[in-house]
Formats: sequence, structure tokens, C-alpha cells
Amino acid sequence: MQNLGIQILFQGNNFLRLWVGLWVSLKLAVISMFFSICLGMLFGMVMTSTNKLVRFFCRLYLETVRIMPQLVLLFLVYFGAAKHLNVNLSGGTAAVLVFTFWGTAEMGDLVRSALESIPVHQYQSGYALGFGKIGVYRHIIIPQTIRRLLPSMMNLLTRMVKTTSLVVLIGVIEVVKVGKQIIDASRYTVPDAALWVYGVIFIMYFAVCYPFSRAAALLDKKLRD
Amino acid sequence: MNVEEILKTEQLNKSYENGLKVLNDITFSLKKGEVVVIIGPSGCGKSTFLRCLNMLEPVDSGTIRFKDRVIDRANKDVYELRQKIGMVFQSYDLFPHLTILDNILLAPVKVQKRERSEVAKEAEDLLKRVGLSDKTNVYPRQLSGGQKQRVAIVRALMMHPEILLLDEITAALDPEMVREVLQVVLELAREGMTMVIVTHEMEFARAVADRVLFMDQGVVVEEGSPEEFFNSPQTERAKQFLNMFHYEAR
Repeated sequence: MQNLGIQILFQGNNFLRLWVGLWVSLKLAVISMFFSICLGMLFGMVMTSTNKLVRFFCRLYLETVRIMPQLVLLFLVYFGAAKHLNVNLSGGTAAVLVFTFWGTAEMGDLVRSALESIPVHQYQSGYALGFGKIGVYRHIIIPQTIRRLLPSMMNLLTRMVKTTSLVVLIGVIEVVKVGKQIIDASRYTVPDAALWVYGVIFIMYFAVCYPFSRAAALLDKKLRD
Repeated sequence: MNVEEILKTEQLNKSYENGLKVLNDITFSLKKGEVVVIIGPSGCGKSTFLRCLNMLEPVDSGTIRFKDRVIDRANKDVYELRQKIGMVFQSYDLFPHLTILDNILLAPVKVQKRERSEVAKEAEDLLKRVGLSDKTNVYPRQLSGGQKQRVAIVRALMMHPEILLLDEITAALDPEMVREVLQVVLELAREGMTMVIVTHEMEFARAVADRVLFMDQGVVVEEGSPEEFFNSPQTERAKQFLNMFHYEAR
């Protein structure tokens, strides 16, 4: 029978290597997301400031991050730090820095819009019941904000998981890079490897991201009614 | 200060940023057990006045006294005083993420640090009185406007306030739900609750009030018993205002 190429997946520990690669991607995404959530919460609160100057700088940061492709940011941090600051960041560290920088901005904007969507009367009925500022935020505003945030946070997380594939380009060995290695190593023995390897990577990304986006959709629906 | 006086304001003044004067030298006093109804055209400052009474909004000048304490908005004891002056708003503002029971228990448990089991008992009794004892575990979105507003009243009562401020609590309700809410307020009045009520329901005002205040453009234009005010208003502006509620038959 003609060599189909599917056996490439089961040669040696190829399949396991792909999973380990995926784990690297996920780890980068989850660590970045963790910092993005913490910093984004703070940034979001700062964004609701009434001070015009503060708002201007928040806006500037957000728009800069949105306009710049993440790849450019990655190169800027990874190569820029080495060349101009004489700091040799590992690819992973540079990736976490960049994705946190990006995620904080996006998360902050989500937090800002969630906070602003809560009617001012919710604060006032809290105050009228004798709560102080901290109590109002802790018991009334933040629980509602988090509910409103959950769906869009899930979406941000899936975007982050997908965007981690860029780190190949600064030498981090994650799932896409492992795939390339497998394909390159068997270029002559299994010419059709690319289809199978990338196919599996596709399914892996799907398996990770789909539950998140499904959960986001369900939460969104649940919170709507 | 008279022992009976529970709340007193002296020369309250407040302007908005655009220069519009919402409160103009308002001097007012409230006795224990008294029900004062404030009426007047929209934008006359009556809601603002109410919100200044429990310091949700700052005043530009003037003093507010609760019993013999002068209330200072910058002071920490504002939080304590707000517990003694309960407030119910037009838009009910129940907390959507909490069940009815949790809405009611939140402040007594978290602010007043009372035992949850003890307050839960009291909450259930109050809910029963307003006819909502089967609603303890549902969420606010599952209630009608009138039901939500009754819950909001219970929530305010749970803090054991000495004064209750009601800010147009039926203005957002469908007509058939107005009565079920006002009935609760009438009962509270009969039991001797001290209240300041802003409303557009004239029949209700007449029934519940010990004293009526008519405000227009930030000034108390006229003040008197409901009989005096509704039957023989003294000022031209009050007459005009009351006439808006009458329709001539063809």
C-alpha cells in the first residue's frame, strides 16, 4: 500500500512531543492571562478615572497595543532588549512580557466597559444601605462585573492561546515548532507528513479552544436571561 | 433642639455645575413619627433634596442634623448614619446577582454584622407581611416591578432605620402595581414610621401625609396639612400645579 504519511504521528514519541509542545503554548497563554487579569483589573479601574489626562494615557496605551501586531511587539522586546538594553531574555520570558502587555490592555478595556455598564444606582443603593466604598465594590460591584466579564475573558484567553503560535519566530519550542521539527526530520521518508502533523495541531488547538469558546457562549446566554 | 425633632436642615444650598440652583435655602425639620410628602414639578429639586438628606449628594452650604449630631459628609460616621436613614429609589435597584433573601440580608450581615440566622427569620417575617414569602430564593429578574419595589422596601427596613426616604418609588411602575406598593407604605405610616416621601401620586399623598411640602425651582413654596394644601392652596404656583391633575369633562 502507498505510504499515507499517517504513521509519522506514531513514530518514536512524536505524538507525545506534540502534546508537550502544546503544553508549552498553553503554559505561556495561561501565565500571560493570569498576569493580564490581575493587571487588567487595576488598569480597567484606572480607565474609569474622571481625570482627562489619565484617560488620555490609558487610551494611548490601549490603541498602541491594538495597532501594533503582536509579532512586532515580540521582536521589539526579544531583539530590542538584547541589542539596546543588553538583557538576554529567553523566548518564553519575552513572550510572557509581550502577551501580558497586550492582555492587560485588552483586559483593562473589558473591565472598563463592564464597570461602566453597571448602573450608578447600584452604587447608590449600596451606599444608602450603609456600605462604604470598599464594601460596595466587594459585595455589589465586583461580583456583577466578574459575571459580565466571564464570557469576554474566555474569548480573550482563546485568542491568547492561538496567538502563542507566534513565539516560534523567537525560538520558543512550542507545538508548531515541534511539528516543523517532525516534518523536517522526515522530509524524505514521509513527504506527506506536513498534512498529518498540521492536521493534528489544528485538532489540538481546537480541542483546547473550543471548550473555552463554548463556555463563553453558554455563559453569555445564561447571563442574558 | 426640640426632643421630638429627628432630622433638621438649615439653609441648604446646592447648585449644579451649569449654575442651576437646585436647592435654595431649604430649612426643614422632621418630627419622629411624622410623614412628610414632597411634591412639585419635575426638576424642582425634590429628589435632590432627598438624596442630600442621607448625603448621597453633597450640599454647597447649610447643615443637616440627625437628632443632635451635625452630619458631615466627609466624616466617617456618614456610613453609620445612612443605616439610620433608609432609602428606596425609583428604579428599585435590587442587586441582580443575589437572590431576594440575599439582597435583603446582605447589609444586615455585612454592615451591621448581625447573625445571619437571626436576620433571616426577621426577613422572612417581613417578606410575609408584604406578601412575598414564596419569593425568597428567586432572583430579582423573576419578579414584577411592584414585587421588586416591595422587596426594596423590606431591604431598607431590615436595617432598622429611624427614617425612611422614598424617592418616587412608584414612578417606574405600571398603574396596576402602584397600589400594592403604596399599601405597604400606608401600613408603615400607620405603625408610626417616620418618612419623607417624594411622589406624583396625589391621592396617595393626601392619604399618607401629615404634612405636605410643595417645591418649585429649588424653593419650598408652600407647606401645610394635606387638607389645607389640596383643598385650598395658597400660592398661584401650587394652584397651577394641582390643576394639572384635573381634567374637565366635555
